[in-house]
Amino acid sequence: MPEPVVKIRDLRFARGNRLIFDGVNLDIYADCVTAIMGPSGTGKTTLLKLIGGQLRPLSGSIRVYGEEVPHLGRQALYRLRRRIGMLFQTGALLTDIDVFENVAYPIREHTRLPEALVRDLVLMKLEAVGLRGAAQLMPGQLSGGMARRVALARAIALDPMMVLYDEPFTGQDPISMGVLVKLIRELNDALDLTSVVVSHDVAETCAIADYAYLLSDGKVVEHGEPDALRESSSDWSQQFLKALPDGPVAFHYPAVSFRDDLLQGGQR
Amino acid sequence: MNSRTIEIAVGLFVACGLAALFMLAMQVSNLASLGGDGDSYTVTAAFENVGGLKVRSPVTVAGVRVGRVDAIDYDTSAYEAVVTLRINSAYDAFPDDTSASIFTAGLLGEQYVALDPGGSMDNLAQDGRIQLTQSALVMEQIIGQFLYSMADKDKE
Amino acid sequence: MLDAIQRLGRVTLGFFERLGRGHLFLLQVLVSLPGIVLRPGLVLRQMYSVGVLTLVIIVVSGLFVGMVMGLQGYNTLVDFGAEESLGVLVALSLVRELGPVVTALLFAGRAGSALSAEIGLMKATEQLSGMEMMAVDPIQRVIAPRFLAAFLSMPLLAAIFSAVGVYGGWFIGVGLLGVDDGAFWAQMQDKVDLYDDIYNGVIKSIVFGFVVGWIALFEGSDTLPTAEGVSRATTQTVVHSALVVLGLDFVLTALMFGD
Repeated sequence: MPEPVVKIRDLRFARGNRLIFDGVNLDIYADCVTAIMGPSGTGKTTLLKLIGGQLRPLSGSIRVYGEEVPHLGRQALYRLRRRIGMLFQTGALLTDIDVFENVAYPIREHTRLPEALVRDLVLMKLEAVGLRGAAQLMPGQLSGGMARRVALARAIALDPMMVLYDEPFTGQDPISMGVLVKLIRELNDALDLTSVVVSHDVAETCAIADYAYLLSDGKVVEHGEPDALRESSSDWSQQFLKALPDGPVAFHYPAVSFRDDLLQGGQR
Repeated sequence: MNSRTIEIAVGLFVACGLAALFMLAMQVSNLASLGGDGDSYTVTAAFENVGGLKVRSPVTVAGVRVGRVDAIDYDTSAYEAVVTLRINSAYDAFPDDTSASIFTAGLLGEQYVALDPGGSMDNLAQDGRIQLTQSALVMEQIIGQFLYSMADKDKE
Repeated sequence: MLDAIQRLGRVTLGFFERLGRGHLFLLQVLVSLPGIVLRPGLVLRQMYSVGVLTLVIIVVSGLFVGMVMGLQGYNTLVDFGAEESLGVLVALSLVRELGPVVTALLFAGRAGSALSAEIGLMKATEQLSGMEMMAVDPIQRVIAPRFLAAFLSMPLLAAIFSAVGVYGGWFIGVGLLGVDDGAFWAQMQDKVDLYDDIYNGVIKSIVFGFVVGWIALFEGSDTLPTAEGVSRATTQTVVHSALVVLGLDFVLTALMFGD
């Protein structure tokens, strides 16, 4: 088995007094699509920010391409980030410049290429996500799905080795969801990328993932190939993957018994 | 908006701002009337009392402004105030027996130094000293003297 | 009782924590200032939105403030037969106080709140985070040019305000009320000192530009990334800027003009 490109060991992270990760172990291998799934609020986005070095963990090790991210200085961190593209949930396009300039932005910031070459590169990336025709639009004129595709073009503008996707399918109609699913898989294979998809859209994510992790309550509950996970014996995994309304995760938020609550008579 | 328009607008803005600063300096303030501090020389004059004279108060001759007060110090050995006058070099021919007086512009106006040229053949030079001085009139003293003389009259 | 004391303690701690964050933020901005010398285009664009777009309100307010001063000053001075000092009155109050202070207040309302809202929204829509992940330092690319633009624009705006105001006072005093034109300017030139008044006024406006830019950008980037957070940041920018400008004005005035 080759060495993983991202290797997380005993990761602990807290926000305020709330422990978000408590001993997470996770490996991501090159050229694979790795899915990280879990209910809302389990800190999936936080995990991506930890990998990208935007947040620092309480303790534990996060190794990305052999570098210990929490210990990197600014310069080294920025050098590492150039090899990582990230697709934000909202797209995070710069709203004051048009689509073309958005995709050109990382290229202009990090290279000194002649204008003609920048243009070629940008059009190439936009063509890859099928939005070359939208180059002159402003981000405000794009639909949510298009904005995400533009952001994807921008994320791959510098030919990164790894792309992190933060909830790429949330709030998409079936067509743009299908487009994004297809894009993620195709780009992964065509560009020899390593992809990390954070999502709670089980069906779509499982369809393209080579390997999946299930997170809950700050821990990795289960991991394995998507098909194997579906056959898992764990009640929780069954409930999550098959979207059952009741199970280990109760339908009711924890409360005193309904009878007691009613009998309290007017007091809140 | 294209960048040319922005550049022109910003250029105009900066030009307006600098023009306003220039206008304030030349038109509103005393920069023009001072003619710069480079072309000037200083002389000193000792007064028993400078009253309300301040640094930058005007120095005039025959009502024409020729300079300003540069510094006011107290001479601890002579028990006198030493006033340094900075005078524009255009007016460099004051006889060395010129006298200096501190007057008040109007009843409540500010105080200024008035020079009164004498008849000597030699002129005041840089760092020269004006010998003849007349102190500021202090209102309380005048009133005091007035009351005193009234009292004397009553006795007669 | 204990609750009240605890609340007081929490508020105090919160205040100092925020103050500390604000200073760290300023330090980061100042450190990255030299870097933007290489990117004058970024500053130019911000000078446009911060300076040029504020120009109209500055010119109009300056004109009216000057005219009101002319009118009020004339009515007061004419009782003492000193209406020729109108120029001095108008020019001194504009150059020393009203120019820098009113410009700073208007600037906080017009440009400062816009800066806060813009930065807050960029944060809320993850644009700043996105830049960071693209290995682009948002402090250097987004914050520093805006800070520099505010810092450079303020003295220019204040000078324009004062200059327009002086002409406003002149228009009312000389043009409408019949003060002698020569006396108006001559007395003004006699009493307004280049160093004491104009230079100190410019220093004031530079300090205000620094402070308002700092507050606006800090409020924007320290906001919660929600609609409520952004609106709160915008309001706080105006309120805090106004308070700090007025407070600092007192301190600066005491230092500069208090013999």
